[in-house]
Amino acid sequence: MRLSNVLHLGVKELRSLSRDPLLFALILFAFTVSVYTAATAMPETLHEVPIAIVDEDQSPLSGRIAGAFYPPYFQPPTLIAHSEMDPRLDAGLDTFALVIPPEFQRDLLAGRRPQLQLNVDATRVSQAFTGSGYVQAIVSGEVEEFLRRHRAGAAAPVELALRNRFNPALRQGWFGAIAEVVSNVTMIAIILAGAALIREREHGTIEHLLVMPVTPAEIMVSKIWAMGLVVFVAVAFSLTVVVEGWLGVPVAGSIGLFLLGAALHIFACTTLGIFLATVARSMPQFGLLLILTMLPMQTLSGGMTPRESMPELVQQLMLVAPTTHYIALSEAILFRGAEFSMVWPQLLALVVIGVALFLLSLGQFRKSLA
Amino acid sequence: MMRPVVSARGLSLRYRDVVALDAVDLDLPGGCMVGLIGPDGVGKSSLLSLIAGARALQDGELRVLGGDMRERRHRESAVPRIAYMPQGLGKSLYPTLSVFENVDFFGRLFGHGRRERERRIAELLQATGLAPFADRPAAKLSGGMKQKLGLCCALIHDPELLILDEPTTGIDPLSRRQFWQLIGAIRAQRPGMSVLVATAYMDEAAGFDFLVAMDAGRVLATGSPRELLARTGARSLEAAFIGLRYGAGAVPVRPVEHAPRPRVDDNDIAIEAENLTKRFGDFTAVDRVNLRIPRGEIFGFLGSNGCGKTTTMKMLTGLLPATEGRVWLFGKELDPHDLETRRRVGYMSQSFSLYSELTVRENLVLHARLFQLPRAEIPARVARLAERFELTEVLDQLPGALSLGQRQRLSLAVAMLHEPEMLILDEPTSGVDPAARDAFWDILVELSRRDRVTIFVSTHFMNEAERCDRISLMHAGRVLVSGTPRELMAQRGVDSLEDAFIAYLEEAVEEAALGPVMPALAATVEPTAPRRGFDWRRMYSYARREALELRRDPIRAALALLGSVILMLVIGYGISMDVEDLRFAVLDRDQTTVSRDYVHSIAGSRYFIERPPILDDAELDRRMRAGEISLAIEIPPGFARRLARGDPVEIGAWIDGSMPMRAETVSGYVQGIHAHWLAERAALAGGSRQPTAPVEIETRFRYNPDVKSLVAMVPAMIPLLLMLIPAMLTSLSVVREKELGSIVNFYVTPGTRLEFLLGKQLPYIGLAMLNFLLLFLMAITLFGVPMTGSFLTLALAALLYVVSATGLGLLFSSFMRSQIAAIFATAILTILPAVQFSGLIDPVSSLEGLGRLIGEAYPTTHFLTIARGTFSKALGFGDLSASFVPLLLAAPVILGLAVALLRKQER
Repeated sequence: MRLSNVLHLGVKELRSLSRDPLLFALILFAFTVSVYTAATAMPETLHEVPIAIVDEDQSPLSGRIAGAFYPPYFQPPTLIAHSEMDPRLDAGLDTFALVIPPEFQRDLLAGRRPQLQLNVDATRVSQAFTGSGYVQAIVSGEVEEFLRRHRAGAAAPVELALRNRFNPALRQGWFGAIAEVVSNVTMIAIILAGAALIREREHGTIEHLLVMPVTPAEIMVSKIWAMGLVVFVAVAFSLTVVVEGWLGVPVAGSIGLFLLGAALHIFACTTLGIFLATVARSMPQFGLLLILTMLPMQTLSGGMTPRESMPELVQQLMLVAPTTHYIALSEAILFRGAEFSMVWPQLLALVVIGVALFLLSLGQFRKSLA
Repeated sequence: MMRPVVSARGLSLRYRDVVALDAVDLDLPGGCMVGLIGPDGVGKSSLLSLIAGARALQDGELRVLGGDMRERRHRESAVPRIAYMPQGLGKSLYPTLSVFENVDFFGRLFGHGRRERERRIAELLQATGLAPFADRPAAKLSGGMKQKLGLCCALIHDPELLILDEPTTGIDPLSRRQFWQLIGAIRAQRPGMSVLVATAYMDEAAGFDFLVAMDAGRVLATGSPRELLARTGARSLEAAFIGLRYGAGAVPVRPVEHAPRPRVDDNDIAIEAENLTKRFGDFTAVDRVNLRIPRGEIFGFLGSNGCGKTTTMKMLTGLLPATEGRVWLFGKELDPHDLETRRRVGYMSQSFSLYSELTVRENLVLHARLFQLPRAEIPARVARLAERFELTEVLDQLPGALSLGQRQRLSLAVAMLHEPEMLILDEPTSGVDPAARDAFWDILVELSRRDRVTIFVSTHFMNEAERCDRISLMHAGRVLVSGTPRELMAQRGVDSLEDAFIAYLEEAVEEAALGPVMPALAATVEPTAPRRGFDWRRMYSYARREALELRRDPIRAALALLGSVILMLVIGYGISMDVEDLRFAVLDRDQTTVSRDYVHSIAGSRYFIERPPILDDAELDRRMRAGEISLAIEIPPGFARRLARGDPVEIGAWIDGSMPMRAETVSGYVQGIHAHWLAERAALAGGSRQPTAPVEIETRFRYNPDVKSLVAMVPAMIPLLLMLIPAMLTSLSVVREKELGSIVNFYVTPGTRLEFLLGKQLPYIGLAMLNFLLLFLMAITLFGVPMTGSFLTLALAALLYVVSATGLGLLFSSFMRSQIAAIFATAILTILPAVQFSGLIDPVSSLEGLGRLIGEAYPTTHFLTIARGTFSKALGFGDLSASFVPLLLAAPVILGLAVALLRKQER
């Protein structure tokens, strides 16, 4: 392989890219507005949850309970009549509807263990799970405090001190920003490298290259470095300016280490793009293949829901995707301040995936030209 | 002379800073053959595309068929009376459609009834000799046949004005002769029709009624060929043109020189091929070709389009592996991986294959570097070549702004850049004007005679063939005859090479001869004026064509259907909120049975998996940072003792908060287990009565009683997949036509923008609905998610939704300029909103900021509500009507935007 060929072909790629201002605008959009929007839109797991209360008691205690739900966890409760409850749940207006029965306070003071009913829209799984626990805790807390004023109670014998490390307030936005950066890196690296190859084929320029003293490996490497460089610069910019600066997400670990990881991930993704381009016969086919690979990588790499919650088979399958390792690595470095000695397995995995895809696409590329 | 069919006053056209037309004043007579002559890049094509209405006017006035082309109303009524065949072989055809389907599409577009259409198509195919090939895809036709098919498509609607932009460029002499015979026959039947032709062949122009000589964006002269000859006192049109350009008395074109054949050493063979054969499936493209070309010879390769010339050349360069046979270059057997040989060979392919996004200079420099020319020499070499090929003035232009001829010259310059010992040139001068061709051949002859460069060249120009040392005539994959030009003429007993060529070809021809032009073709009923405004039939013809193209690419449809099934499986099972198997470890500073009992209570739950214990604080820190454990439990020293004494004691639980959703879940689990352990201890102690809660909260999980992720996720996958895949399917449909050139048909035919877009959308709506049914069936059978509500409501919503989804793809397609940008825009602008902002995981009502606004407006949100409502909440149309309103609004808004952004003329 001749380095000068790789250099000149890569510069050619950069020149081509600079002639498509719309594409440039899209890259900029992906790493600024898109990241910012995703980070700020993501609610905390419980955030502004819509709750309705059917207060049939109208007692001081029921008023206290209604007053205990407030932002940021809950929206101020909507007080509704019993008949409104079902239609509102059906329409998806509320996630929770708490029914406080008549004579609730009186029964409680009389020790008759009155029953509250909590209706949960369980199709909203994320809120249904954690939220019902919170609602129960809030209601119990209010009830207990109310009772304590009437009779003394004992504290629990063992306290459980919960401390969330690395993201003490569990701010979803921090995570959302990183997840969005990761997913945009992946998408853009795949598209740029893959589409650049398909365009050469559709316009016949690849043929031209192959009658010159240029090898397929040189063509591939030139695309990988040129497109990778563009994405790399964009990531570095996005991380320092948008994530750290604009969004104010504290970065615990070494940015240098993270960028090393980013570079390896970009390598794996550009080769993946080239691989898809050698499989697809035309740009429309490439577009579909892109969706078919992007979507699982977006949803199943641990960026959206925890990997631990996925079926074993899916977890194993997703080990092939570079994003899985990259997300684990980003989380470790950016939040937990992990060092090289802790993330080397992920770095190694990215290298292995990248090299494997490179060899695979090189073979496929040679075959598709024959 | 009839009243002018075209009249221009002060017509100017600029592409950025290049002036294509410079204040042209022109009147073209109607009812006759008008020719536009002049070198490449002087504005002939620009003028024709303005007249055809394909390009928007900038400055000046242009009247065509008696009306102002600036007025939309006139364009709408004039366009159906004009037919336009743009430059480039088969550029306006649809390659995957058959011959019949191509013509049929245009027939439908012009609103012919079925019988009328079939009659016209039959006659046209008969007249052009294409009838036997009616079912052959356009891509598989030879160049001559493509042009005849283009003519059929242009003539289907009886145009009053037929505009042909270099229709015979790149076509072999036999096809060329047939093409003009055909035009002549058609004109004889329709004397009123005006024909406007740009041509590079002066011999063709000599037969026209009226000529316009152009140079540098201006009109030099107009008049009949005889008038032009008389005015310049020249004997040939070529000389007349040069006289017009440089003033009378300028040096006339030199007659073709026959350089003496060099003395060649028959043992010094540059190219040798033995029984070279190439088969594609059961089609034999090249059949046992033998060649032996000594060094320094100019070897011409002639033959009709599609006869195997290009395939042979590709095999010689190593681009295509031969099925059988062997090739030696410079006495060495061809090895496609041998870079050294590549350095000695220059190749120029038939179609323009340089980088259209790099300037002329950048293209030249890039190739110079790839051939490893010494750095210091490159600028001088580039400058020299640019001068030699008259590219100096356009060095910093993009190739897209150049004429066909200029682009060919650039390709040639690139092929010769590294001064190779052998040149393989595939129709290098196709589209290049005569003067430039002469200059080019002078260079070739010089290279061959002075530097002993071996030149293997294919051409359709007979005066070029005459300058070759030897020529081979190829047909249907076989070499018919080889020899010097003189020998070939002598063998057939004719005195021009063209006649010899045609005589040889006619003997072996497969292409059916032209049929008679039936009188009926001319005597057709008066064409009905196209309906203004929306026309269902035109929309249907667009839809039909798109559907046919989709059917010809079954991989795409299969990917769309199969892909969504696979995604539904993987993601449906994969996304789950039920967090299990979380790793935790314990730092037990107490080490008593009680502390171990506490740990067991956590390890015993199905949510947690215990890892080896932690020994000290540093290890706790390290293992959490490495992400090995999500939870660390710290039990203080003296835990059991203090517990027994009733002293307050605190257990520490450290949770990895880097993924908030997991952290929340972990914290919930730990608290639950902790409370449970306490209660059990209390119960075990027996003494004190277990304190019961003063109030009981009964939680009813509605719609999904087991809080199963599947029930929530599977109905939500349908909206997600029905957004991403249909949008990606349509997102390339318009921009691809822009990139490949067939969009010009839309510019010059009567269809409206709405018809065009809706027509393109329909097949994909159909495909997406099929997709919907498939996903729905999977959900209720494979996943076993019960459908409790109204299926009809869901299906209706799905229909509205896929209209929006496909519309969104079209929207991106209508204003993006490249396919890459369209794919990119579609991916970014569908994946993020649909996955994150539409309530798949977090309800839209909980989102914030811009994401919330996007979520509220995005169609996925509303279809998601309907999908979950009908699947899990047993709802029907009445309950969900509020979610239908945004869906009903979205479709027309999106399509309206797409219509507004699509252009009906090129700018």
